[in-house]
Amino acid sequence: MNKIIRAENISRDFAERRVLDGVSLNVKKGEIFGLLGPSGAGKTTLIKILTGQLEQSGGECEILEKKADSLTVSDRRRIGVMMDDKGLYSRLSVYENLKFYSDIYKTPKSEIDGILKDTGLIEAKKTPVSKLSKGMKNRLSLARAMMNKAEIIFLDEPTSGLDPVTTKQIHKILLEAKNSGTTVFLTTHNMYEAQNICDRISLLSGGKIIEEGAPKEICEKYDDRGNLEITLTDGDNVSLKNGSSSAQAVKDYLEKNMIKSIHSTEPDLETVFIKLTGKGLEET
Amino acid sequence: MNNITAIFKKQLLDTLKNKTVLIQFLMFPVLTVIMNNAVKIEGMPKNFFVNLFAAMFVGMAPLTSMASIIAEEKEQSTLKILVMSGVRPYEYLIGVGSYVWIMCMAGSAVIAAAGNYEFGEAALFLCIMAAGILASLLIGGSIGVVSKTQMAATSVTVPVMVIFAFLPMLSMFNESIEKIARFTYSEQISRSLAGIGSTGADMKGIGIVAANIIVFAVIFFAAYEKNGLESD
Repeated sequence: MNKIIRAENISRDFAERRVLDGVSLNVKKGEIFGLLGPSGAGKTTLIKILTGQLEQSGGECEILEKKADSLTVSDRRRIGVMMDDKGLYSRLSVYENLKFYSDIYKTPKSEIDGILKDTGLIEAKKTPVSKLSKGMKNRLSLARAMMNKAEIIFLDEPTSGLDPVTTKQIHKILLEAKNSGTTVFLTTHNMYEAQNICDRISLLSGGKIIEEGAPKEICEKYDDRGNLEITLTDGDNVSLKNGSSSAQAVKDYLEKNMIKSIHSTEPDLETVFIKLTGKGLEET
Repeated sequence: MNNITAIFKKQLLDTLKNKTVLIQFLMFPVLTVIMNNAVKIEGMPKNFFVNLFAAMFVGMAPLTSMASIIAEEKEQSTLKILVMSGVRPYEYLIGVGSYVWIMCMAGSAVIAAAGNYEFGEAALFLCIMAAGILASLLIGGSIGVVSKTQMAATSVTVPVMVIFAFLPMLSMFNESIEKIARFTYSEQISRSLAGIGSTGADMKGIGIVAANIIVFAVIFFAAYEKNGLESD
């Protein structure tokens, strides 16, 4: 698959502080790529550099095979962006916001209702943006980012602070976008989001990429426990090595009908992150 | 052209819901109509309120609304998203600028109507107002471009606006102020308006207004070059 986003040795300094330090990554066409890291790791800085909002202090980055800081107007039309600060017109209604952007993108107005239905905003069509909940604003911002049928969508913390239902709706929209060929680049500090919807991720800490790959592969790579956790019907928990040496013990429990639950103990991304950095994803 | 029209239409829709900007466009035209009809004092110069409020309108409305609109778009990041959506900065500035200019010209037409001018006089009145509005637009645009928030824009707009809007009135009562005010566009606009039907607009006055416009245009482009529109 083609590399649609390429960052090579990106660094960015703010005054004396180095926020990004030698970040390199490649995003393939049609995948959902997640940049996972705690607040302050440099995620928003990187997304701003990739979208041409900020210049890097060093390194190179390319979007759609062009340098990010030299994208033309027509290149920008191929990119959708949803930033943390939304950028919605608060006095205008949901429909009026999208109608304005349909004028800018020259997309048919007849498509607006479809987009509103897809994002679950059709009922709030006439509501001013100032009266929307945070989740609805996120969905509207996402709708706007997607309404020009962009080839790449950049999303900065799209589900931050949202309830599980809204988060699930947004994930559904992103997976549908991926299925229609759109490349999604998102930042998140939510490991479940990264594990559930991302094809590949990079773990960012202190401005450096500390691990990258498919979430499952990363988890398996750091699975040094390899245990089976068994909860017995009498409430006891048993931990066995996940291998042939434990086969007899598991067989005995099964024969005695003593197993309430059994699961393997491969680490999740949070555990991997803690292992690599010594701190959690929610910590700053 | 498509983007400019879209921005113009959006701005029109937004203003109808934005009392702060709407009042800038309505206040002086409405005030002129009311005062011109309600206050009749013997010996008062012809169209006294028309000339007074027209000069204030020129100094206030375009300046404050232009600065406020740009600063608000920067503060709410809507401008950043617009530029990332493929809108060129100049398209945005022309869209907003032409919108403010047309709204102010509409207000000027109301003020002209209150003045009961003949057709030629009304046309001259609107030409003078058009030049004044352009000068104020450039000042307001410069303030909007350098300000990151509406609050920051207001803190600069208010003193600048007070100077330009009130100089013509203050210069009536103070000779020293008049000596300085004569080099400002608002004073010259005020004098030219007062001269409609009698002395008209003199070449010196036109020259001063043109010089003001050139200076403000240079300031605007310098501010734009330094700050751009989408800077964080």
